[in-house]
Amino acid sequence: MSKSTLTRRGVLKTGAVAGATLATPTIFTAGSAAAYTNEPTGSTVKFGFNVPQTGPYAEEGLDELRAQELAIEHINGMGDGGALNTFTSKALGGDGVLGKKVEFVTGDTQTKSDAARASAKSMIEKDGVVMINGGSSSGVAIAVQGLCQEAGIIFMAGLTHSNDTTGKDRKANGFRHFFNAYMSAAALAPVLNKEYGSDRRAYHLTADYTWGWSQQESIAAATEAMGWQTVNNVLTPLAATDFSSYIAPVLNSGADVLVLNHYGGNMVNSLTNAIQFGLRDKQVNGKNFEIVVPLYSELMAAGAGENIKGVYGSMNWNWQLTDEGTKAFVQSFGQKYGRPPSNSAQTCYAQTILYADAAARAGSFNPCAIAEALEGFEFDGLGNGPTLYRADDHQCFKDVLVMKGRDNPTSQYDTLELVEKTPVAQVTYDANHAMFGGDAATLGTCNAGA
Amino acid sequence: MDAILLQTLNGLDKGSAYALIALGLTLIFGTLGVVNFAHGALFMIGAFCAVTVSRILNLSYETVDPTKTDFLGNPLKVKTPYLEGWFGPEFGGALIDWSVPLAIIFAIPIMVFVGFAMERGLIKHFYKRPHADQILVTFGLAIVLQEVVKYFYGANPIPTPAPDALKGSADLGVLIGLDPNAVIYPVWRLVYFGFAALIVGAVFAFLQFTTFGMVVRAGMADRETVGLLGINIDRRFTIMFGIAAAVAGLAGVMYTPINSPNYHMGMDFLVLSFVVVVVGGMGSLPGAVLAGFLLGILESFASMNEVKSILPGIDQIIIYMVAIIILLTRPRGLMGRKGVMED
Repeated sequence: MSKSTLTRRGVLKTGAVAGATLATPTIFTAGSAAAYTNEPTGSTVKFGFNVPQTGPYAEEGLDELRAQELAIEHINGMGDGGALNTFTSKALGGDGVLGKKVEFVTGDTQTKSDAARASAKSMIEKDGVVMINGGSSSGVAIAVQGLCQEAGIIFMAGLTHSNDTTGKDRKANGFRHFFNAYMSAAALAPVLNKEYGSDRRAYHLTADYTWGWSQQESIAAATEAMGWQTVNNVLTPLAATDFSSYIAPVLNSGADVLVLNHYGGNMVNSLTNAIQFGLRDKQVNGKNFEIVVPLYSELMAAGAGENIKGVYGSMNWNWQLTDEGTKAFVQSFGQKYGRPPSNSAQTCYAQTILYADAAARAGSFNPCAIAEALEGFEFDGLGNGPTLYRADDHQCFKDVLVMKGRDNPTSQYDTLELVEKTPVAQVTYDANHAMFGGDAATLGTCNAGA
Repeated sequence: MDAILLQTLNGLDKGSAYALIALGLTLIFGTLGVVNFAHGALFMIGAFCAVTVSRILNLSYETVDPTKTDFLGNPLKVKTPYLEGWFGPEFGGALIDWSVPLAIIFAIPIMVFVGFAMERGLIKHFYKRPHADQILVTFGLAIVLQEVVKYFYGANPIPTPAPDALKGSADLGVLIGLDPNAVIYPVWRLVYFGFAALIVGAVFAFLQFTTFGMVVRAGMADRETVGLLGINIDRRFTIMFGIAAAVAGLAGVMYTPINSPNYHMGMDFLVLSFVVVVVGGMGSLPGAVLAGFLLGILESFASMNEVKSILPGIDQIIIYMVAIIILLTRPRGLMGRKGVMED
């Protein structure tokens, strides 16, 4: 005869636990495979565009916003469709994503990590966005990428060029369409070798923060590998505006090349100061003194004016490319805004399209399903030719552009000329490369949040 | 030797900008007793006067060049400045080329007017309020002014070059018997230094040798007594505010070829200029000029590789270190007067 252990108190306890479990929303239960942060339930889905709307990169942020708004139009079936017409993936039908119309909200990064995290957090928690896209700083990108990883949101970085973004700070929830400092150096070095020779002495001025260090390390390694000597590397404060006291020592240093590892206002001012000191008119070691700016943007070129003439640098993309994807995007952007898009605008446009396409292919807005759809994804038709989103580190691989300041611009937008389209094979590296965190760098596990 | 000479020149050049801004700041403090955090914005507005003059002189008409295309593949619209159309490429081009020096004529009345409007419209209501209130309201005004400029001109730096004749660099080493190319220095920076010296001299001469200046100096020493003599000292002080605004504005106009102006440039100089005023002594005009050049030179020497290799990061803190040392040893600053800001 078995003895029953069923008691009134036991039934009540079990019932209470079972009831509480059933009453708990599935979003808080670990076992619920469909639950993820901000799962859209209505007829719309919301994207978050986190760009600098105030501060020194506000113009760049404005151009990113223009491109993102255009991408939303194209995804929702409005306008001429832009590069959706040339994109090799046909998962998007011009009727939104997975039957939902796409809406967007914007945040202001102010190009400050704390402000960028706060605006991203607000868009995730208050606006219920399913992804964050954009930005114009590596420090900001790394900070927001970390936040999105914790929140269970996909982060598509904007203009971030430091190796660390998809190097030691890579995250499973983060992807980068933009190229990086290593790729700039790998593309530029052979052109510099061809133009200036292998016997050169380079003096570096480097912005004292994560991107500057990353850029300097990359370009110094690439130029030293072809025979150049690095005479000196001087770190300059990010807040510096007058670089005369850093330029003056270059004059009698024995260097015949000045490498400006500066971006934005720093680059505009340091290049202007270098030209004022007559560096490009000098002859040193029997050679013409040259200046190199490893990372260019159209807005920086406009700010530097005629000082940029003949100066070499690199870019992720440029409106002068002649592939079908570029032509379609430039036509669409130009018709709407009356100006050609910048390379940061193209990055944000492509990323918005790619995220939407990945969701359509995955059949879900679950960030882990989207990450899986983006990993190892190969496509064409969005600019730069055949492109790969590498699964190992979430870095995008495509051809890189070497540019030069144009001698005789025909308009305010015609400041740079395309010198070379460096094939992707020349800028590809191992995911565990020492400059990218080595073997210790890992993506971690995708976080769907909730 | 070459390096020391170059950094001394750099220091004098940086000091010129610091001294000009600090001169106006301390002039306002010495006369009206107002701590004006909007003074950096006046420097910025001056720079944008130069940008505006350059844009006016570059107003253009468009012609279509069917042989070239724009980024959309349409026939290229070529812009030709009206001035070149009216006066020919040579004279019209020269007027455009000299837009920055020409902007001085435009900037003086504009800046005096801005100074009057600022003082009469807002700051006069804060004379009897605590310094903290004055700082808050003028800082707020500075933010409003820079956002207005950003709205109309954008956030990107705008290149505003020097005239062709004053571009490039001069070999100063040869003049003092050194090897050729030993000491090369930008011509426009030398012009800026000379201009700053001229403006500082003119302000001192105005205060020292004119009746108006004598009354202002008397008012700075004892406002109440001057008032009892039947002199409208407030009106004179308002005029001094306008002059201080013009000095800051001219410093901004002439600075544009050194670094492309942007809406934030006033804030970049504001904190340093306040340090200059405090180090020089609140309300002391010679103190502001002396401290401006002193701190400019120290900042330049701290950027030398030889110094940075011994004290990394010294270039970022040198000015504040010197300020602390001077305030500890001379609490009123280098040339501060007893009783100023001590009540």
